[in-house]
Formats: sequence, C-alpha cells, structure tokens
Amino acid sequence: MSEEIIKDVIVGEHEDYIINMGPQHPSTHGVLRLEVCLKGETVKYLVPHVGYIHRGIEKMCEANTYQQIIHLTDRMDYLSAHMNNEAVCMIVEDAMQVEVPERVKYIRTILDELNRIASHQLWWCAFGMDLGALTSFFYGLRDREHILDIFEESFGSRLLHSFVCPGGLMHDVHPNFQKRTKEFVKYFKTKLPEYDQLLTGNIIFQNRAIGIGHMSRETAIGFGVTGPSGRGSNFSCDVRKIAPYGAYDKVQFNEILEPGCDVFARYKVRMAEMWESLSIIEQLIDNIPEGDYTAKMKPIIKLPAGEYFRRVETARGELAVYVVSDGNKSPYRMKFRTPNFSNLFVMNEIASGYKIADLIAISGSLDLVIPDIDR
Amino acid sequence: MLNKEELSEIIRKYVPEAVFPEGTQLLEVIVPSEQYLSLAEKLKSDPALAFDYLITQTAVDFTTKFTVVCHLDSVKFRHMLVLKSELTDRDNPAIDSLSGLYPTAEFFEREIFDLFGIRFNNHPNMKRLFLEDDYGYPLRKDFRDEINIIER
Amino acid sequence: MKDEDFGDNESLELLKTSGNNFFLTSIDSLLNWGRSNSVWPLTFATSCCGIEMMAAGASRHDFARFGIEVYRASPRQADVIVVAGTIVHKMVPVLKRLYDQMPDPKYVIAMGACAVSGGPFFYNSYSVVRGVDHVIPVDVYIPGCPPRPEALLYGVMQLQRKIKGESFTNPADQTDRLL
Repeated sequence: MSEEIIKDVIVGEHEDYIINMGPQHPSTHGVLRLEVCLKGETVKYLVPHVGYIHRGIEKMCEANTYQQIIHLTDRMDYLSAHMNNEAVCMIVEDAMQVEVPERVKYIRTILDELNRIASHQLWWCAFGMDLGALTSFFYGLRDREHILDIFEESFGSRLLHSFVCPGGLMHDVHPNFQKRTKEFVKYFKTKLPEYDQLLTGNIIFQNRAIGIGHMSRETAIGFGVTGPSGRGSNFSCDVRKIAPYGAYDKVQFNEILEPGCDVFARYKVRMAEMWESLSIIEQLIDNIPEGDYTAKMKPIIKLPAGEYFRRVETARGELAVYVVSDGNKSPYRMKFRTPNFSNLFVMNEIASGYKIADLIAISGSLDLVIPDIDR
Repeated sequence: MLNKEELSEIIRKYVPEAVFPEGTQLLEVIVPSEQYLSLAEKLKSDPALAFDYLITQTAVDFTTKFTVVCHLDSVKFRHMLVLKSELTDRDNPAIDSLSGLYPTAEFFEREIFDLFGIRFNNHPNMKRLFLEDDYGYPLRKDFRDEINIIER
Repeated sequence: MKDEDFGDNESLELLKTSGNNFFLTSIDSLLNWGRSNSVWPLTFATSCCGIEMMAAGASRHDFARFGIEVYRASPRQADVIVVAGTIVHKMVPVLKRLYDQMPDPKYVIAMGACAVSGGPFFYNSYSVVRGVDHVIPVDVYIPGCPPRPEALLYGVMQLQRKIKGESFTNPADQTDRLL
C-alpha cells in the first residue's frame, strides 16, 4: 500500500529531504498532495500531485442533458457555485439565441456579487486560521451566515443552489429579498473595518505576508493565473471588464490592481473586492425592473451543431466553458477551463526559496479549491 | 485590436495551408500537425499579434480523428483565436508540445495525455495527472468499463 | 436527550430490545458517558460537505457544546472520522491507512450523499467509489447534499446514543468494530 502512494516520488540529490504534505492536511483546502523537497527549512522545489477528487465530470456531461449539467457544475467550485451555473446557462442561451429578460440579468448579477462576498469571507477565515489567528474563523463565518440566510429564504439551499436555468431563473425571488439584501449591505459595511483591525494592520501578519511569494506579471500571464491572485501582480484580467455580461455594463466599478506581487498584495485585492461588490449591489438593488423571471424555452434543449465558448469571472479567476455540440440533447464534448487549475501550478515558481512556514501563507493567498482542479 | 479578416491575412502568410472554417463564433484556424508549433511561435512573437495568454488547451475525439484545440488571447490587444490541429493516427497519436512557449501548457498537455492518450513531443514531464497508470483513456468515445461505470 | 425522544429510530430500538441494555452496570455507564461526550474528530473533508462541517463548528451552530470540540490533525489522537465528501479510487488507500492508524474505540460518520452512496456521481462516473462503506465500516449515515449543519448535529447525537449502548464488560458486542 505504501508503494502505491509513493510510486511517483522524484528522487533528489544526496542531502535532499522530501516530505509529503499529504492528501489529508488541516488547511481545509481539500485533498492536495504536495511533495516538498527541503534543505534545512528552505523549500528547494515542490511537486503537486492532484487527482484525489477526480470524479470525471467532463465524461458525465456527455451523458446528461444541459439542465442536469448545471447541477454538476455547482460541485466543481462550490464556493462560487452561482457563477459556474451562470456560465453554462449563458452558453446555452447564446447558442439558442434566446434573450433573457432584464429582471433576470439584474438578479443574476446581484447573486453573483453576494456569492463573491461569501467566498471571500470564507477565504479570509481560512487564511487567518492557517496562519494561526483562529479568531478570524469565527468572525468570517458569523457574517457569512447572514448571506446564507438570504439564499436559504429564496432558494431553499445554503451552499449549492442551482437556482438559474437556461432562459432565466427557476422561480422568482422571495418578496423579502430586496429588503434583506439592503440590510445585509448596511450591516457588513460596519463589519469590514473590524476585519482590517484584526488582520490587515497587525504587525505579525504583515511580517508573515509582505515580501513573500513574489510572482511577476510575466509569470502570471505565462501560467494563466487570473482572478485576485493575478490582479495582485498587476495583470489586468477581469472578465467583467473585458467582456461584460449580465448587468455589469450598467454599473460603475473599479478593477482592483496592485503592483506589490506578493502575498500581502493578493490579500489587499480581495479585501478591496469585497468593498467593490458591496457598491455594485447597492447600485443594482433598488432598480430591479419588473417583469418575467424566465424566457420561454422548450423542455428539451438541443443546441445547434457547432462550437461555443464563454467566459465568466468567478471568485477565483476566469472560468471558460467550451462546448462542441452535434445537435443532440447532450453535448458531444464539454470542457471547463477552471481558474484553480492554472493557479495551482504556479506554486513551484513562487514558493521555491522561501521557508516552509511561508508555503502555507502562499497557498492560502492563492485561494485554491481542489475539486475545481480535478473536476 | 485586429478583426477576423486581418488576422486571417497574417496567418495565411505564415502558413499557406491553413484552413479557416466559416460561420464560427471566434476565428478558428486548422493547421497540419507539422506546422502547429512553428505557427504558435510566430503568433506569440509577432508584435502585431502578441498572443501571449493561453486560455485553455484541450482535445476532442471525433471517432475517426482527434483534434487538439487551443484558445489563445492577447493581453495587449484583446483579440482571440482558436488554433486547431487534427491527428488521424488513433493508436499512437503524437504532436509537438507548446510548453516551451507557455508554461501552463505543460499541465494542460498532461491532462490531455491522461484522458485521451495523445503524446506530446519534447514535453518535460510526460506523465499522467489524475488517474493511475494502468487505467486506460476515459474520454475516448470507445472507452468501456463495465466494472466502474454504472451507465444510465 | 431522553430515550423517548428518539422514538422514530428503528435500528436503535432493535438494539435495545435485543438485550443490549442501556446503563447496565456502573462501570459501563461511566465509561460510556465519558466516551460519548468527548468524541474528537479528525480533520478530513474532501469536498463541499467540508464547508458545512466548518459552518457547524462556527458560532451559529456550535458543535463544541456536544463535546466534539477539538479537531485533531493526526489520526493517532482522534476518535471519530467524519468522511465529508466524495471518495475516489485514488483516495481509497489513503483513507484506509488513516482508519487503520486510529486507535480503538473509533467511529465513522459518513456525511453527505457522496459518502453514503456516491451521491450525484452514481451514474456515468468512472472513478467514484459508490459509498464509503465499501472501504471502512460506518456507524452513522447523514444524507443530504450538502446536509445542513443541524443534520450533522443530529447525526452526532445518534452516534452518542449508539456509544451509550456499548458494553465494556461484554465485549462480544464490539467484535464487528475490530475489522
């Protein structure tokens, strides 16, 4: 049994010391195995091994209809589940040339931003916990419960909702949705400065984060690192600005870029993104147009033969969906380009030369969700 | 930012055998597998094109042939291109690797090897990524596994 | 909770009538009280159910009040393994090894539809193990995708009730645990 686990160890030089940060480790990022080669306490190189949660979602998509695929995409990056669902819905709507009502676009965008805040809150909890500041775990999850209450009232489920369907939404949102969202925005604006007091200005945290894990802009573009991790290296990659979808062309928001290129820059990008998301929600929440919550679609959806491509911005980067269709009700080939796949493999470049305790800070700042890598 | 006609002009000068399918959402170009790597090098180094961001690289199994598909984007100009190449050999399909140009291609190509069995020449680490060594190539259309898959 | 409040639980009722008396002797009752109120879990979360497990440990649905307070990172110090998430073929030797490294008495909770039976990945997937009970013996199954944190708390209470039914002085009841 031990042979199966260590069969692809890379044998290093005589004084190399290889340890395994195995598939089960308490950083709660998922099942990732990192084979780390150390010299003293310094990391010489590291090799990530993935595949411990490879469920074969792309093969399953070839046997399911498009409405069923939406439920599978939820489970890939479960912290930005709504954006994943929206990518599949939009690609179907583009291919069938269906125009969704305005009300649907506004509600989908508001839910995108609420999901982004919830995902960044969980990132903040887990990041503080990894570095040893256990208080951040309780603060972040306390505030995240407010968003999950809003979701539960409208959709019935806290984490994996699958609320969107091709053509619009499954049903209309609860009448209390607008009121509760406005209350949440007001509440959270008083709480975000507390987060800054806890971690951002803390001298211990700054010593652990500034100057660690340097990733240059060329490295970010070459490895395809998108999302807040890429924007922390001044790589402008926000799909909401490049190819706007939903109601993003009707709001004013800034793309946050930081030139720092280290762990602290990536941290600051995510904190600033939470403020931007609150401002987007404020601009949209009072102006939701009345109307239908879905466009008319046939019950059996068959995409016309051809190839389609769509990109969205999830909380971790750029998700691209590529569909090859031959006219049936299941796709012939469906490929998901997930942001965490590209974000993980830059780790060897940026963690070599630092200490092993810095490795935890670096992997926390990249904000990985492992089922997204393996699909 | 160049539009589809200008891009296809420039590409036709580099590779006269390139084929441009009509009526597609993005500009697609199909090249023979021998010129796949040299065209990719020109696309990256030409200052008017500057395709420096590889969005994704994948493969599709049409039962008589494999097609390797790359989606390329330019950070400076924001134009997109789909580069395709077809492989007809089903027993030992092989094509050149782009990992010298784009570091992220190393891992996309390992995934394609794992799921389809297509080998890439000059790849620094041609090993499987997700599955175990004796598993077979699941995303091929002729893959059958009675033990593990419960079909519906 | 009183025994009568678990009235709709068939298998534990069977356990009761088959002669496994609760609180038989004072040694049994003391040991079972200690063990059931202090089960320490191992940090093992593969996918989405792990987030609901973390939420169950946070301040709203606090499970420290049930005794599952400290998460142990090492299996040598843990009592229960809460398998939250999908198990695939590559992960099976790792899970078996972790289970073997835990000292007795140890318990397993299968949380979420994927750990119970394969869940949404039951059909058409080539690498998912359909249910973690193909690998290790399970004590409590918690259905849901993902189960609410309250469902996890109910599952833990069921486990506590099951532990109270064990008998130190009559270890014949424990033979199926020694696999």
